[in-house]
Amino acid sequence: MVRLAENKHFTEDVESVKAPIPARVYLPLIQHLGKICNPIVKIGDVVTLGQKIAEIDAHVSSPIHASIAGKVVAIQDWPHPVLGRAKAIVIEGDTEINLPSFQLKNHQEIDLLSLEQLRKIVFAAGIVGLGGASFPTHIKLNPPQPLNILIINGAECEPYLTADARLMVEKTDQIAQGILLVARCLGVKDIYIGIEDNKPLAIEAFKKFPEFKVKVLKSDYPQGGEKQLIQNILGKEIGRGKLPFDLGVLVQNVATIYAIYEAVYRSKPLIERLVTVTGSCLEHPKNLWVRLGTPIKNLIEFCAPLKEAPAKIIIGGPMMGIAQYTDEVPIIKSSGGLLLFNKKEAQLLEEDPCIRCAACVRGCPVGLMPCQINLAAEKSLWNLTKDYGASDCIECGICNYVCPSNRRLLQTIKQAKLEGVK
Amino acid sequence: MKNNLLVSGSPHIHKPESIARIMWTVVLSLVPAGIAGVIIFGLSALWVTLLAVLAAVSTEFVFGLLTKKKITILDGSAVITGILLAFNLPSNVPLWLPVVGAVFSIAIGKQVFGGLGQNIFNPALVGRVFLMASWPKYMTTFVKPFSIDAVTSATPLAALKEGKIIEHLSYLDLFLGKHGGCIGEVCILALLIGAAILLIKGYISWHIPVTYIFTTALFTYIFGAKTLFAGDWLFHILSGGLILGAFFMATDYVATPLTAQGQLIFGVGCGLLTAIIRLWGGYPEGVAYAILMMNGATPFIDRYTKNRIYGTK
Ligand code: SF4
Ligand code: SF4
Repeated sequence: MVRLAENKHFTEDVESVKAPIPARVYLPLIQHLGKICNPIVKIGDVVTLGQKIAEIDAHVSSPIHASIAGKVVAIQDWPHPVLGRAKAIVIEGDTEINLPSFQLKNHQEIDLLSLEQLRKIVFAAGIVGLGGASFPTHIKLNPPQPLNILIINGAECEPYLTADARLMVEKTDQIAQGILLVARCLGVKDIYIGIEDNKPLAIEAFKKFPEFKVKVLKSDYPQGGEKQLIQNILGKEIGRGKLPFDLGVLVQNVATIYAIYEAVYRSKPLIERLVTVTGSCLEHPKNLWVRLGTPIKNLIEFCAPLKEAPAKIIIGGPMMGIAQYTDEVPIIKSSGGLLLFNKKEAQLLEEDPCIRCAACVRGCPVGLMPCQINLAAEKSLWNLTKDYGASDCIECGICNYVCPSNRRLLQTIKQAKLEGVK
Repeated sequence: MKNNLLVSGSPHIHKPESIARIMWTVVLSLVPAGIAGVIIFGLSALWVTLLAVLAAVSTEFVFGLLTKKKITILDGSAVITGILLAFNLPSNVPLWLPVVGAVFSIAIGKQVFGGLGQNIFNPALVGRVFLMASWPKYMTTFVKPFSIDAVTSATPLAALKEGKIIEHLSYLDLFLGKHGGCIGEVCILALLIGAAILLIKGYISWHIPVTYIFTTALFTYIFGAKTLFAGDWLFHILSGGLILGAFFMATDYVATPLTAQGQLIFGVGCGLLTAIIRLWGGYPEGVAYAILMMNGATPFIDRYTKNRIYGTK
């Protein structure tokens, strides 16, 4: 674990606002971990807001919904923030179409929901883990054994990002209702909320609820990693190759919980999310409610003027986010942040030889020896990298971050992971 | 904004840290001991040190030209090697000696292994041992502190070995360095100031120095006198090159183990070997040989002291 320069001050106190609705949205057919969806609309079809437009009959998948009302104008290859390119449904907005109001539903009805029914709603709403993993949430709501602990992940340990922190402050009651709903359906009594100590407002907000145990965590990266969170809250480790389920634990991100709340209480599918748009290049960094499929250039324009031309654009946080090659790329379900780095911040540092300073060894949160894996990987000694436990790497990036020789440790370790499963 | 965006793998931020920053901080941490050396032994200590540094850096430069690799003289690592070599020499050696030693340190101790990060042994100690083997007389003649006409004097450890008692040498004298010895090893106070800098900055950890010093003290306490448990352990800590070695040479990143567990083993090994050589070996001092031997054992220690991986037993 390491302490990082947080850089959350740009946006941590900036109240969230709605980004303007784009004229066109580009909705990739895959925005989750699992099978790619098939479109169920054709070019020329008129779609309403929240209408399902793509799905596939597979367990590990998640349907896609129209994030604006309008007309399908294309189904084509388009830049994708994670995969580089993927097929996307393009919708052109039409303000004439009547919008659904997503009215609050009757509470009594909700109080009677079974886990099975909740799971169906969550699946139908296209909800996936919004913390970045984008694993379909309905699967996590189908534990193979009874659970007794629910952990809500409000750590948000990536520097710059403040969307979860804002959400916890602005939508406290909704999140609380969502948590209680999930806990009731799962039959879980023990509810923990893990929040880093750099978010005092969020901590205070949730301390009001006697049902929750608020765990104040040190602001260390990667506090929000599922394994680290469980370790620091429960003092237990998930065995190698095991899942939190095996400890009777379910971890859910706060933004995911909010999406569940909206799906259940307001019948609203996942069509928008909160995104932190920030970086030193921007005059007005913001926390924005963004319709999925909005090209990032729209968001950059909305936060204009630019102080400097960005040299690097990252979707996600600075530690685990992905650098983008174009500003046409859309926001998708897993995009919690949009970072604009100037030339100096984007500068690639020259790689020097490893001096065995062991900073990477001390920093690795899972106890690996990144320098050794790196050296073995450079010689393509894949048996050795396996021996060193490369497959246990959680790709947090700490080793790269601390290395005084600027070695691209994670890059080679990722390769070793791939070679390891061959 | 098209096409000029930089795309690279995560992470996208980097700790403000570099080899040069670490190395120059180490150089800085050695300055107090150097100043103390000059105060105690006079300007000759300064010339010896400067020549060693100059020779080390020049050798590094020449090798950089020959191997067409990146010229690394600015990263400070050759400067450290030069300083550490000089700190391991008496102040009254002929001025060609530090030059020969430094060239040997960099050429044989570092560059033949492949340069920075590749050496198996601490380069400065390789140079020192080479000089010791080749010109033992120069290497074991020490001057009395604060003497203008270079009166020779035995080091406290050598005196102990020969069974002599050194008069008027209190623990405080040892701590301040008022006795014969190598340039950079005598003033414990100055060395500890430097060590504190490195510990506070996190550039070295306590594991090796503490276990090293503790093991030497314990062992010399038990076996250092005619009867068991009567040895003068404090004398052993304060004299010779133990403090210089424990904080500045046994902590050389390249030639020491990676994990905390490995470093503890390394420290204990250094301590045992130092005490054994001091008490029963042929030399009065054992720090250099002890560290070099443990440098040699480092690959094995590394192999058997991996960290426990999350989720495994
Ligand atoms: S942090 Fe970099 S230089 Fe230090 S041991 Fe790891 S890879 Fe080597
Ligand atoms: S090896 Fe993997 S888990 Fe360990 S610090 Fe590097 S990226 Fe993180």
